[in-house]
Amino acid sequence: MTSTNHPAAPAARTVRRGLAPVPFLAPGMIYLILFMALPVGLLAFYTFFKRGRFGGIVFEFTLDNWVKLFEPLYVGVILQSIVLAGIVTLLALLIGYPMAYAIAGLSPKWRTVALVAVVLPFWTNFLIRTYAWILLLNNAGWVNQWLQGLGITDAPISMLYTPQAIVVGLLYMYLPLMVLPLYASLQQLDPSLREAATNLGATPWRAFRTVTLPLSIPGALTGCIFVFVPAMSNFVIPELIGGGKTIMVGNLVRDQFFEARDWPFGATLALLLTILLVIVIVVQTAVSRRLTEGPRRG
Amino acid sequence: MVDTTAPTTTAMREIEPSARPRAVRKPRGILVPLWLGYVFLYLPILIVVIMSFNASENLFVWKGFSLRWYPELFADEKIMQGLGNTLIVATGATAIATVLGTLLAYGIQHYTRGGLIRAFAIAPAILPDLLLGIGLLTLFSLASVTLGLHSVILAHGVFATAFVTAIVLARMANLDPSLEEASRDLGAGAVRTFMRVTLPQLAPGIVAGALLAFTLSIDEFVIAFFTTAPTQPTLPIVIYSMVRFGVTPEVNALATILLLVSVVTVIAAQRLTRLTGTTR
Repeated sequence: MTSTNHPAAPAARTVRRGLAPVPFLAPGMIYLILFMALPVGLLAFYTFFKRGRFGGIVFEFTLDNWVKLFEPLYVGVILQSIVLAGIVTLLALLIGYPMAYAIAGLSPKWRTVALVAVVLPFWTNFLIRTYAWILLLNNAGWVNQWLQGLGITDAPISMLYTPQAIVVGLLYMYLPLMVLPLYASLQQLDPSLREAATNLGATPWRAFRTVTLPLSIPGALTGCIFVFVPAMSNFVIPELIGGGKTIMVGNLVRDQFFEARDWPFGATLALLLTILLVIVIVVQTAVSRRLTEGPRRG
Repeated sequence: MVDTTAPTTTAMREIEPSARPRAVRKPRGILVPLWLGYVFLYLPILIVVIMSFNASENLFVWKGFSLRWYPELFADEKIMQGLGNTLIVATGATAIATVLGTLLAYGIQHYTRGGLIRAFAIAPAILPDLLLGIGLLTLFSLASVTLGLHSVILAHGVFATAFVTAIVLARMANLDPSLEEASRDLGAGAVRTFMRVTLPQLAPGIVAGALLAFTLSIDEFVIAFFTTAPTQPTLPIVIYSMVRFGVTPEVNALATILLLVSVVTVIAAQRLTRLTGTTR
């Protein structure tokens, strides 16, 4: 507001003008500090205290919650989550890459249509999409009906309530998150690079392998994070289509809060999850920075 | 999740009949994985939609066309209560997010140099919803805030703000800064310039952001799960307990309606982003 006095100041974008930013930045920042930074900070704080008898906490310092993470039971669940989310991410990459590649090769008009078609399922309710897989994978479900109709099996195959069903469910849920960043990096590629490769006698496959593929790795890494992060903490799919038999970190956190009533340990698990995710993101950023700086300069 | 709209908008901006050389031959087989991907993405949804018109109560057996589940859906008190709660929450969260997100985006674009505040403002969109959910639960419990729709509104406002900020920032990058400079040169202050010059130009982007915040809030489950009272379930929580404790075919009808609403909203938001994309 004070800025009215300096109408001629050049480069308005970067100049800080006394109190001028306050009315714009303060309301949102206060809100986010109160309802994002504070809750997360509070969780971090709680991890060093004891559980209350009926939920809540007792303010007695302890490192027990962090030590407890190393009990075989919890190590097992954490590793299982990493493996399941990892498989989901890998499958999403294998399926999503050709999809993104095909979309990037479409004419501009069809590209938009094809992209919206990838995004739309993502905007339908998460629980409904989970439920759809119950309809498909149930013993009396559609997949079993088709398999029997085609004479592939005689008796229904148990598909629901298995770890494989969890993988399919998570893959279905997050596949669009893989396709979008991949597409973004593929369509940014300068087509003349590939053209040059072909003109110099490279086969389409070789041009793809030596030009397109390396340059799309940053997009692929972003996609992997977008899939891996939510897949790691999801607790609804393991419960609804995994039948609660395969437990992931998300289920553990939920149970600590609503069943075991051990909030400090639940907070510790959730924080561990977040630390793991931050590590993944840091590694991704480092890798893609190195990749984009390498070949383009040379 | 932030980027769900970003790539599509890049696609729009790039629609100019620019260079796409036909030199590289594309084998036709390249579209096969795309079509297979679409089958994977749409088959489950399609089955739910088809079964919503099933005359039978059996979820797995088709017994002919019927519209019976739609009126039954609207007669279901639990679902209607959930719907009402969801609409209240989404409206509240969207209102908070639209105001705070737009202001934040403007402030970030004009007054900050580094990406720190920007990263902070967009963080809730990347943060695991589980962490945010239990964090807010502990905060509300420590502050002795009774849980209910108000706590869900505050909670949903957090990630919704991040999305509005991200989208408005993206639009803002497309605006011509000389219009604002002109306004300032002519003696208008920051607030006046914002109200009279920037805001009207941003309007389509803000509406798009608000629409997405609204849709996201309607669908959000995990955070609501931790921050609402059992007596005040939002629609996703009602669906969750229905799926968990025995499904009736009403769910199919509900899914079909929600699907329709999402499609309309996404297409509307898409159009709006295109609008801003071309007015740069």
